[in-house]
Amino acid sequence: MNVLIRVGLASCGLAAGAGEVQSAINAYLTRKKLKVPVRKTACIGMCFAEPLVEFVNDKNESITYGYVKPEKVGTIIDAYLAGKPLTENVVISNILEGAQNENYLSQERIVLRNCGKIDPEKIEDYLANKGYKALEKAITQMSPEEIIEEMKKSGLRGRGGAGFPTGLKWQFAHGAKSSKKYIICNADEGDPGAFMDRSVLEGDPHSIIEGMAICAYAIGSDEGYIYCRAEYPLAIKHLQIAIAEAKVKGYLGRKILGTDFNFTLHIKEGAGAFVCGEETALMASIEGQRGMPRIRPPFPAQSGLWEKPTNINNVETFANVAWIILNGADKYAKFGTEKSRGTKVFALAGKIKNSGLIEVPMGMPLRDVIYKVGGGMKTEKPFKAVQLGGPSGGCVPAELLDTIVDYDSITSTGAIMGSGGMVVMDTGTCMVDVAKFFLNFTQRESCGKCTFCRIGTKRMLEILDRISKGKGKLEDLDTLKDLAENIIKGSLCGLGQTAPNPVLTTLRYFKDEYKAHIVDKKCPAGVCEALLTYEVITDKCIGCTACARKCPVKAISGEVKKPHLINPEKCIKCGVCYDVCKFSAIKKS
Amino acid sequence: MMKNKEKIDQVINKFIGKKGSLIPLLQEVQAIDKYLSKDAMRYVSEKAGFNLAQIYGVATFYTMFRLKPQGKHVIRVCKGTACHVSDANSILKAVRSDLHLADGEDTTKDKLFTVVEVACLGCCSLSPVIMIDDNTFGKLTPELIAGILKKYD
Repeated sequence: MNVLIRVGLASCGLAAGAGEVQSAINAYLTRKKLKVPVRKTACIGMCFAEPLVEFVNDKNESITYGYVKPEKVGTIIDAYLAGKPLTENVVISNILEGAQNENYLSQERIVLRNCGKIDPEKIEDYLANKGYKALEKAITQMSPEEIIEEMKKSGLRGRGGAGFPTGLKWQFAHGAKSSKKYIICNADEGDPGAFMDRSVLEGDPHSIIEGMAICAYAIGSDEGYIYCRAEYPLAIKHLQIAIAEAKVKGYLGRKILGTDFNFTLHIKEGAGAFVCGEETALMASIEGQRGMPRIRPPFPAQSGLWEKPTNINNVETFANVAWIILNGADKYAKFGTEKSRGTKVFALAGKIKNSGLIEVPMGMPLRDVIYKVGGGMKTEKPFKAVQLGGPSGGCVPAELLDTIVDYDSITSTGAIMGSGGMVVMDTGTCMVDVAKFFLNFTQRESCGKCTFCRIGTKRMLEILDRISKGKGKLEDLDTLKDLAENIIKGSLCGLGQTAPNPVLTTLRYFKDEYKAHIVDKKCPAGVCEALLTYEVITDKCIGCTACARKCPVKAISGEVKKPHLINPEKCIKCGVCYDVCKFSAIKKS
Repeated sequence: MMKNKEKIDQVINKFIGKKGSLIPLLQEVQAIDKYLSKDAMRYVSEKAGFNLAQIYGVATFYTMFRLKPQGKHVIRVCKGTACHVSDANSILKAVRSDLHLADGEDTTKDKLFTVVEVACLGCCSLSPVIMIDDNTFGKLTPELIAGILKKYD
């Protein structure tokens, strides 16, 4: 029986210790003189169970183990080779009961079709899975117009967040008259709480290259850029390898597959600026300038990079292209809802059990995404809200969990689909604090070009800060709303136009929580430090004096071996006593 | 006397005349000394023909550029959404207190560590997360920090 061992070595796997697991497997096989090939792959999406190790035989029977520790690999390998595979910690399998089998099957993997299966550093793996067949079909059997028509028919909308129809965007760029056109892949995934693009770039870089090449042919471009944030070193490395291999095999370069189509691809590393996810700012950054947005029109399709017609799409959008060309627009359009076709990748994070990367058909209710695919809440605290769309998005409360995942339904809640970050929050999360967190982010990342965005977000942040310290007034809520509306109207780009969303949605659904901070001077979730009170639980205190010694303002008094006391007048609510107490004798409320 | 003149010359020669090259050029110049000194920026301006204001404008716009010397190891404390709701603040506090950094300081006196806060490292499923140089550490609690930092010298 031929067996293959695959180890997931994407960023999250590596952070969880997959590198050590791989070394342990190799060392064990060498020591036991076993000839089992060990391959690397990237993200399969079950990040919560990393490190992951898969055993697969020539009958395609697969068992994936989670939470693998280096010291356990010997036992796992021995049992598997003896024909009695361990049943403990099986995450996914097609022959054994796996904890996540159902979860995995309820997904629809188009974008993630190869992620976690192939070795992203080997073009042969991609080719063995119909890789570059779509490019071949496109440039040898289809005209650019036919490709654009197919993309329009598929109903694919831009996955970067705004949801503009991809086929139409291509048509505009195709129609622009110029001897030079550019295409750009926006891989500047800056939303905190989102890692979809990173996983696709790390796990299946060729699918992006193939999608871009098809797009270039369709719009009549011969040069492209992938603008990737520098915080993703592994994604950049895999892209570099993939581009070099694609060149050698003749899928990039001159006279691709014997046709007259030429296409060169460059990687541009970002330098850390969230606003560069906005298309015109991104182009300014490629040109070597400060990444500040430009006024539109002219749209990039008429005048973009170096004032040439430019088509710009996001990573996930490009990853869909080859599948659509190969399988047909009709098959793609069968997934999803009338106005939002296909699937969507989400990055689940926060207080959810199965945090990781998933791909579901559009139209699935948020409740199913969180409770079925995501496995529900991680802690015992109940669900409070799910944050969609990062700093541009909003918080959807429990009563709206039956909202379905499509562009228009999510927009109607006040949040946005965004690029696909989904951060789940429980009752231990304070909504004022969340709004403050996002405003702090957008305020820092505002490029400063538009006055309302630059100063308005600052004023909003100051108000939120006041409220979180119990110094807010009820009128502040009206001022917040007023500022929010003006920032939306007075900003040139998406950053400013959406920056107030986290405040607006939390005000809409969690107004009582704001009022509790303002009127009762209380933070119901127990997060806002200035509103907390610390008390000694006398029954539990043994008088070890640890808190009294560490208190920076000497607010705690008491004799050795006798219960201590906190003086609320002196207490600055720093929480040190709570942290140092080994007997859980400090109550925070 | 300008430090590392030859190395900077090599970088400039690699990029000169190429369009849109200012950002990668500065990134490589920064890699030499781990920060952009005033002298280095002036030198690049004279040699590569960029306006000094343009160089300073780019260097202060993007968070990756540092205008102050930094420690041997860089600790990136993730302050992304998932890490924030998983109490990244307590991790930051633990890192700073373990390194005895006073308010406003980001580099230790022995120049071994520099601590920076970053928006998101994209390892949200392992939150809270920190990254030391190129290594990521996930599922942290404040108690784990001292043990991790001890391994670096």
